[in-house]
Amino acid sequence: MKTPVSHMLLVLFASFIGSFGAVFLKSGAEQLRKGWLYLFNWRLALGAGLFVLSSVFYIMGLRPPAELSVLYPMVALGYIWTLLWSCLFFKERFTREKFIGLFLILAGVFCVGMGSR
Amino acid sequence: MSLAATNSVAVPEKRSWRSVGLVFGCTLLGAPAQVLMKTGAKGLENLGHLGVLAVLTNIPLMAGFVLYGLSALLLVMALKDGELSLLYPVIALTYVWVAILSWLIIHEQINSWKGLGIGLIVAGVAVLGRGSRR
Repeated sequence: MKTPVSHMLLVLFASFIGSFGAVFLKSGAEQLRKGWLYLFNWRLALGAGLFVLSSVFYIMGLRPPAELSVLYPMVALGYIWTLLWSCLFFKERFTREKFIGLFLILAGVFCVGMGSR
Repeated sequence: MSLAATNSVAVPEKRSWRSVGLVFGCTLLGAPAQVLMKTGAKGLENLGHLGVLAVLTNIPLMAGFVLYGLSALLLVMALKDGELSLLYPVIALTYVWVAILSWLIIHEQINSWKGLGIGLIVAGVAVLGRGSRR
């Protein structure tokens, strides 16, 4: 395995802050129920900012000599964080379909990573 | 900590299905955005420094940014009413479109691992979509 640990940590951190980007994007998007003028609110701006920041860390982490087959499963961790925050902050229900669907998608992202060597 | 103002209200069926459709559109725009930005970034590699003008006149890069912005807007519209736990995994469809576009444009081959991955992601999104109709 030649993927440096520092690259793994970068990707891990990116997936973590990216999931918070999703949380703020969601909570900012709910403001739009009050009207389209609410498109400019700090939650949406923070969500977008966190997404941009997380992609910077992704790009740094996924640079050579990193192996995508090793790092893609870690990228997929972002989906699990986001699911946790959805249940925790937005009280969303965790259904069987969500569990099966997410499992298939995680397996799929893992396979795409394996095929990207 | 409560970030949700009014979210615990159940989302009507039709709206939830609409949100999945919006995220579907978001991935359809997001994939060409990624391919365009990658193409545009290649044109900048030869420059010694990152000139603002070089970035602004780089048409693929700019087109990629615009598409990316539009896809983000669709995601926000979807999240207005839809559940984050349902919609966020659907974004993985972007992998599918990027693989297909790379195959069509830069003739990057889809090997068996990628093929399997694409199949699994599509199946996963189908399961999520089915669940959202209930």
